[in-house]
Amino acid sequence: MIEMQDIWKTYADGTTALQGVNVVIDRNEFVYIVGPSGAGKSTFMKLIYREEVPTKGQISVNGFNIGKLKHRKIPYVRRNIGVIFQDYKLLPKMSAFENVAFAMEVIETPRRMIRRRTMEVLELVGLKHKASSLPAQLSGGEQQRVAIARAIVNNPAVIVADEPTGNLDPETSWGIMNLLEEINFRGTTIVMATHNKEIVNTLRKRVIAIERGSIVRDQLKGDYGYEI
Amino acid sequence: MRFSTVSRHIREGFKNVARNGWMTFASMSSIAVSLFILGIFMLLALNVNKLADQLDNQVQITVYMQVDTAKAKEDEIERSIKRIPEVKSVTFVSKDEGLTRFRDSMGEEGKAALDGYEKENNPLPDAFEVEVFDPQKVGFVAKQIEAINTTDPSKSISKVKYGKETIDKLFSITNAVRNIGLFIVLGLAVMAMFLISTTIKMTIIARRREISIMKLVGATNNFIRWPFFIEGAIIGFGGSFLSTLVLLYGYSQLVQSTSATVGLYMIRFSTVSEVRTLVGGTIVILGTLLGVWGSTISVRKYLKV
Repeated sequence: MIEMQDIWKTYADGTTALQGVNVVIDRNEFVYIVGPSGAGKSTFMKLIYREEVPTKGQISVNGFNIGKLKHRKIPYVRRNIGVIFQDYKLLPKMSAFENVAFAMEVIETPRRMIRRRTMEVLELVGLKHKASSLPAQLSGGEQQRVAIARAIVNNPAVIVADEPTGNLDPETSWGIMNLLEEINFRGTTIVMATHNKEIVNTLRKRVIAIERGSIVRDQLKGDYGYEI
Repeated sequence: MRFSTVSRHIREGFKNVARNGWMTFASMSSIAVSLFILGIFMLLALNVNKLADQLDNQVQITVYMQVDTAKAKEDEIERSIKRIPEVKSVTFVSKDEGLTRFRDSMGEEGKAALDGYEKENNPLPDAFEVEVFDPQKVGFVAKQIEAINTTDPSKSISKVKYGKETIDKLFSITNAVRNIGLFIVLGLAVMAMFLISTTIKMTIIARRREISIMKLVGATNNFIRWPFFIEGAIIGFGGSFLSTLVLLYGYSQLVQSTSATVGLYMIRFSTVSEVRTLVGGTIVILGTLLGVWGSTISVRKYLKV
């Protein structure tokens, strides 16, 4: 599903974020990416959804070699990847419904199908009754649920979640995790960067630890391993 | 692009106008205000142009006859003048009429001085007032009339007058006014363009984050661009339409309230129906284009990556 071969990333200002990363993530896996701040987790995630391009190395997602992708083609690759962020990244002037529907409009889904499917995923994340609320009228947890609904609405092969529980209280975080587990259970690969020790240690999955730009640990049913 | 997507973009464009309440208001106002100013200058330029035309039309040649020229001879001269193709009309002014006009132009004190010059004592000659089609040809026609006299043995024309210097000065002034007016209108149009593009740019900078989110969800550049494009058109059209309404209403009030006083001086404002198509059309088309142009240019900047 995701394959990185000797990935190096140096930014324009000279900082090296990744040095020689090799990793294979299979279909239907649930992977935690852990490590201290500034270790390269975010860069690792950005490479997957083609926000950044590797300086060196090969990366393929869902069969596409996305390192060599033309700018014009980027949108089409992203449609197969659902993204979830710490700050939700919802369109502030659109309702919950419109935010989710947007992802379907982008792939030119007929309007009636958009309505049905959008309501379906909003129900799945438990927000059917808030479909017409604006993001500002929703709590953090609810906003993240809308973001998750948007990420899964087109049935992507992969979901990339960059600290999805970073801004949420523990109880809400568990709600979000249950949702992600269910999505994973239905067959979607999930890559999730996190600082949440409790979640990693309780909901045991594969753990990849990144430090100073390199993978230092890759463990099935691993633990968080850091004392914070 | 699917039809449903096209209608989605149009719907989204209209929704954006409503969603961005204040920004829409700001950019619409900026379009309305700058085009309003442009409109005022357009109206000014149109009226100056009209005034210049009116003055042009009042340019005429006066042909003075010798005193005591016979009526038959005068008729013959009149016919010869009329035969010149550039001549529009010839009006006979008898010496009595000439005296009356002269007297009227003198005012109260002058009238007394002219007493006793009536009838047989009238020293003025008969005259013809010659109007030409193209005011710029006045000099040429005057020469033609003088030529009639040289071939006429009785030399019954005493003088051909057309105020050469006055006319030349008039033409240079009206031409200058026209050019300056055009210059000002062009300058204002450029100024309006900058003002509007800056406002629209500001609204889009505010929406940079939105654009980047749309890209993360997999929207193509065109998909992002279209609603902005339509929103720009709506804002441009709305703003310019508003400014046209206010402008033409204000102008109609101005024309109405001044027609009584200004009308006396033979000068008349262009009527609203004369200017509305040109001014309104120009403003609305310009406004819409500016709106589209502004949003397209600014959105393009944030579509990279």
